[in-house]
Amino acid sequence: MENEKKKQNKNMKLDDAARVQVLSPGMMVAKRFLRNRLAIIGLVVIVCMFVFSFLGGALIPYSQSEVFYRTESVKKDYAGATKIKDYLVMMKEGEQLPKDGYSKSVLAITTGKYNFMTADKKMMCLQDMGANVYLLYNGKKPIERNEIGMICQNSFTPYAPDMELSYEFCRNIMTAICEGKSVTEDGSYTIEQVSDSASMVKDKDGVNYAYVSDMNINAVASGEFLSPEYKEAVVNAIESGATDFTYVNADGTEEEYMISSKGGQYEIKRYQDSQVIDTYAAPSSRHLVGTDANGMDLLARLMYGGRISLLIGFVVVFLEVLIGVIIGGISGFFGGWVDNLLMRLVDVIYCIPSIPLYMILGSIMDYMQVSATVRIYMLCVIMGIIGWVSIARIVRGQILSLREQEFMIAAEATGISIRRRIFKHLIPNVIPQLIVFATMGLGDVILAEASLSFLGLGIKYPAASWGSIINAVNDSYVMTNYLFVWIPAGFLILLTVLAFNFVGDGLRDAFDPKMKR
Amino acid sequence: MKKFILKRILISVVLLFFVTLIIYGIMRCMPTSFVETKARELAQKPGAKSYQEWKAQLDAAYGLNQSVIQGYLTWASKAVRGQFGDSWYWNQPVLKKFASVIWYSFALGLASFIIEIFIAIPSGIAAARRQYSMTDYVITVLALIGISLPSFFFATILKWGFAIKLGWLDLYGIVGRMHEQLTPMGKILDMAQHMILPVITLSVVSIGALMRYTRTNMLEVLNSDYIRTARAKGLDEKRVVNHHAFRNTLIPIVTLLGGSLPGLFSGAMITETLFQIPGIGYTSYQCILQGDIPFVMFYMLFLAILILLGNLIADVLYAVVDPRVRVN
Repeated sequence: MENEKKKQNKNMKLDDAARVQVLSPGMMVAKRFLRNRLAIIGLVVIVCMFVFSFLGGALIPYSQSEVFYRTESVKKDYAGATKIKDYLVMMKEGEQLPKDGYSKSVLAITTGKYNFMTADKKMMCLQDMGANVYLLYNGKKPIERNEIGMICQNSFTPYAPDMELSYEFCRNIMTAICEGKSVTEDGSYTIEQVSDSASMVKDKDGVNYAYVSDMNINAVASGEFLSPEYKEAVVNAIESGATDFTYVNADGTEEEYMISSKGGQYEIKRYQDSQVIDTYAAPSSRHLVGTDANGMDLLARLMYGGRISLLIGFVVVFLEVLIGVIIGGISGFFGGWVDNLLMRLVDVIYCIPSIPLYMILGSIMDYMQVSATVRIYMLCVIMGIIGWVSIARIVRGQILSLREQEFMIAAEATGISIRRRIFKHLIPNVIPQLIVFATMGLGDVILAEASLSFLGLGIKYPAASWGSIINAVNDSYVMTNYLFVWIPAGFLILLTVLAFNFVGDGLRDAFDPKMKR
Repeated sequence: MKKFILKRILISVVLLFFVTLIIYGIMRCMPTSFVETKARELAQKPGAKSYQEWKAQLDAAYGLNQSVIQGYLTWASKAVRGQFGDSWYWNQPVLKKFASVIWYSFALGLASFIIEIFIAIPSGIAAARRQYSMTDYVITVLALIGISLPSFFFATILKWGFAIKLGWLDLYGIVGRMHEQLTPMGKILDMAQHMILPVITLSVVSIGALMRYTRTNMLEVLNSDYIRTARAKGLDEKRVVNHHAFRNTLIPIVTLLGGSLPGLFSGAMITETLFQIPGIGYTSYQCILQGDIPFVMFYMLFLAILILLGNLIADVLYAVVDPRVRVN
């Protein structure tokens, strides 16, 4: 390449225009800017941020406010078991227990006086069958009595959930058990003692029919039917003192249960799958940066948050420059009382401390329940209205010095209108400073917005911003254990602001005519 | 000179009038005012008056039954005489609360200010001496990182590293758990220990600006004619930089530093809040959230005065330090 150029040069005449490379001032600036390594790095980072936020946000399958769930096995109460200590009365069909029948019966059992009279002058008597089973009769003497019910401390569980066991059935079973027989009187059922206190009843074909035990076992969820086998397993486990047992359910899958005893009450727990919001999920292939406190995908929120941060930066700086150039331009060009008045306005706004003011305005918006979107626009406007003063000062200062220069006198002499003089001759001379200031100001605005959102006064849920994502560290537990929640957002802010500062710095050097490089 | 200062002070008074008027107006717009919360609280007590009655009574007591302009004039007429009333949230005179918290902020500001000067000025000069060298790049990049670092993020990283992972320092507060049992010297050391992280945060965040300011000014001086003369007459580089260049660089630096002296009292709202240092920043943060008008008004006025004072000091110093500048 070099050699070719030299050859070309040799063929040219000395005064050939092509020998001299002519660069316009703008091209010089561009060349100087492109030579600045930091500025190029900054530019690349900014482009990456835009791609990340705008393109990434469009490509990512999740939205910023999509909540994710996960199934988690939670130890839940499944059933409770108690040893039956109270007497239960079963009545024959069509019979009714007198009002004080129950208490009188219990009294009779404890005192051993099996004949007693109820409040409505009816004689009743009990027959001890043994094993805490009593038959209840109307009448006094053994001959006159007729059976109306049974008192026992057992529970009966039929095999099918919708089957009801008749009184006769229960009675026959109990008498057989008390008498120590393994077959009921009519021979239709066989009884099989399965543990100390529980028996299994089978019908003639040897099929399990019902389960009798002195435990009351009920499922926590209403409507859930506990099968006799299950109850048997529970009773066995309790009697053997085990803390957990497995039970093969009707589908043939093995389920694990845990038993804990609390003052004679047994709680049976098991792990059950339940759907919970996937909060603070660690980074995985499904959520590359994990999820936040609301179970939302952090990568998506970082992308959408980047959009808002960048957008706010540009809108605010645009507003600042617009107001600043107009006020600063008028002030600098006209001078006199106009200048004085406008500069005092600038001073007043400059004196208002910004962060406390943002806080007050933020809480006003909180109260008015401004929606998240409107909040973003309001934030832009407020930050723009407060931030323009430094630009106005720069523009005014520049114009004050520029308007005394010869080219302005020449412009005035040619009779150009005031508007044209300001906007065609003065403002273009201020533009280099403006561009530098605006670029650096972009970083400052992004930083200010992040601080506000961090304090919970800027962008609000469900809209995301980088600052509001870091806001999660107000919970020390999150700060300690979920680094992936706040570290990425912080570095994104740092990188973006740094990039704008690099570019601003590079532009300042590039615009500086004294630059030697 | 006297005339100049007097004129500036007079203008400042006018500016303060408008600044406080604007802030008072905005404060009165705050709907979740302290009074409403208080009235609701009092009305819920058994046998209490109704909410409306309480609110009317409290409004009258706090001067909120007047219009914004009237209320402002009442406030201003008292403020001129140095009466800022009682803080609603803290239940004590504003000035008393202010006096009890300001020194924490000042200590924080002063410590980071000193660290800032001792790191920023030498490194800024070093960067300028070898422009476009590796040193220059490293210092420039570090300075820009400092400027770009969000203080809340940096503070969080420090807290995570030093308080949680290493366990050397406490996470929050200005005093440790055993503070009361310590000797007077131990108490001071305890407080100093709790200020380490906030001071680091504040210095790192603010160091960049001064560093770059020093570099820019030093570069300007180093490119000036008298430095070329000094070099031409055969002075060694050390003498040129330390005597001829550095002294001239001091003009803008002293002006800037002098102007930022009042700022040492202004407190750092975010950093103080994050570390729960009971300085003026954290105190007013709580007051703003509670809608405590007397305290917030005082704080905003105080900040505005600090800004104006800083500008005035900078302007005066500029004339004092540089004999070429004439005051007008």
